[in-house]
Amino acid sequence: MTDVLKIADKTFNSRLFTGTGKFKSSEQMREAISASKSELVTVALKRVDLNNDADDMLVHLKENHINLLPNTSGVRTAKEAIFAAELAGEALETHWVKLEIHPDPRYLLPDPIETLKAAEALVKLGFVVMPYIHADPVLCKRLEDVGVQCVMPLGAPIGSNKGLKTVDFLEIIIEQSNVPVIVDAGIGAPSHAAYAMELGADAVLVNTAIAVSQHPVAMGIAFKMAVESGRMAFNAKLAPVKQRAEASSPLTSFLDA
Amino acid sequence: MHNFKAVFDLYDWDTLEKEIYDCSAQEVQGVLFKDKITLDDFKVLISPAAKPFIEQMAQRSHALTKKRFGNTIQMYIPMYLSNECANICTYCGFSMTNKIKRKTLSDKEILQEVAHIKSLGYNHILLVTGEANRTVGVSYLKNAIRLIREHFSNISIEVQPLDQEEYEILIKEGLYAVLVYQETYHKATYKTHHPKGKKSNFDYRLETPDRLGKAGIHKIGLGALFGLEDWRVDSFYTALHLKYLQKTYWKTKYSISFPRLRPHQGEVEPKVEMTDADLVQLICAYRLLDEDLELSMSTRESEIFRNNCINLGITSISAESKTNPGGYAVAPESLEQFEISDERNTEAIKQMIQSQGYQVIWKDWERNYSE
Repeated sequence: MTDVLKIADKTFNSRLFTGTGKFKSSEQMREAISASKSELVTVALKRVDLNNDADDMLVHLKENHINLLPNTSGVRTAKEAIFAAELAGEALETHWVKLEIHPDPRYLLPDPIETLKAAEALVKLGFVVMPYIHADPVLCKRLEDVGVQCVMPLGAPIGSNKGLKTVDFLEIIIEQSNVPVIVDAGIGAPSHAAYAMELGADAVLVNTAIAVSQHPVAMGIAFKMAVESGRMAFNAKLAPVKQRAEASSPLTSFLDA
Repeated sequence: MHNFKAVFDLYDWDTLEKEIYDCSAQEVQGVLFKDKITLDDFKVLISPAAKPFIEQMAQRSHALTKKRFGNTIQMYIPMYLSNECANICTYCGFSMTNKIKRKTLSDKEILQEVAHIKSLGYNHILLVTGEANRTVGVSYLKNAIRLIREHFSNISIEVQPLDQEEYEILIKEGLYAVLVYQETYHKATYKTHHPKGKKSNFDYRLETPDRLGKAGIHKIGLGALFGLEDWRVDSFYTALHLKYLQKTYWKTKYSISFPRLRPHQGEVEPKVEMTDADLVQLICAYRLLDEDLELSMSTRESEIFRNNCINLGITSISAESKTNPGGYAVAPESLEQFEISDERNTEAIKQMIQSQGYQVIWKDWERNYSE
């Protein structure tokens, strides 16, 4: 059985999405992303020089299987995000955008109100919108209603490597969602990624954990394997977790008499 | 509280000084066990008692910085637009009473400087002037930003404090950040070093970041000029200022700089010396206090110090700086505000950064976001 992920008009063999920040060099970034087999790679518009054809980061991402996903990191309002998406769309020739609106520059936590506003407008403009949001099940449904093609709830504060701190809410989101759920932010170890996939997430996005590790290439491979393993386990249906031991003195055996 | 002045008035310099100098090694150990560092913990980390723990602090600072900023160092360059100044600052080469040739760049000269700076690869620029509202007031600054904005994705200024409305005008033109250092939070000492001019108004300067926050600026740079007073107490006040601002203007980003007094065309010798070890201790203490904070290092510091500081928590550095207006292309021989210490060129700094396993970042902003 093929198990490809479909978002809008694209299909992905890899359920590991990656980022481009924090690497030691563009060359190392290219090698790690290539080893991870990731097919969707997000790039902060603010980090690339759109006027420069030889922009170091973009040059290193020119591979056939890689789809570039510009993100709006740095914007504080819906208005700025829409502008950024249009600018990136034109320059990178894509109608896909990772919508990130975090007016708080410290923890980079997403603004749900501005995100919903921007998502609605961008969908109307024809964008495939991938919104980075809190693990808020209601917000996910509201975003679905305005036509986003997936949701990207966070597992923990971005860059924190703390894992799935929001697991209870992620489970509700996965249960309720009609669009793919991609766990973004906070995934710090392959085990976290595998866990997200076991829960039924459709994909995960990982950046810091790969970029900042001592061996980004090996870590890229480790995440690839973890995501595949978690997905395989999800498809194979995990055995139920037993909450309690079976009672040794049944209370209802008298009914059999 | 809607103004830092109200917070500032709750503290007393001498009491703080005593608290900092009374900290014990045991307290330091306690703080180093904690995950979240508070302002009170920061006081302990900058105390003399923390000095023996400097390696431990450095290791933690290094790890936190890597986690948050990755393997990257941001590059920026200052461009001095004018050395006109209507203040007397006892420690500054531009001080009004110093007999130096005054110069304010014309449009043509600004573009000449820009062409040179661009050829070096810079995308983030810091515009610097003396404090002379009549020559380099808001209209001059507005014009300068307009002239250069198509060439840079990120524009900061370090000029005289302005009113909120004036900042709003400049932000509309594309201004991203303002650096404004209190110099010292010791009111009496401040007065002796700034006896004349608008800068002698301690409170107006103290409230500048509030005006910036209200104007909606993207980033505010804070700092104290080390040498005027006890660096520990001044740093505590700076951190207090930072924490107040972060809570009040939560959409704004903050950076800290660490200027130490340098030789210049003036007379003042540092009152309180800050050693290299002290500076390392302070950089690490800031990182432990706040893992998201931008920490910036200028060419005031020596080669060896700068080579090592990028592993200690510093996230942005300048190179090849000229501290005289026109210093890059127009008038390279004119008098500088202070002598820089690390004179290596941009390429050499880039090599130094890369050889330590860091990526040099030239662009980390989209200028359209500032408009």
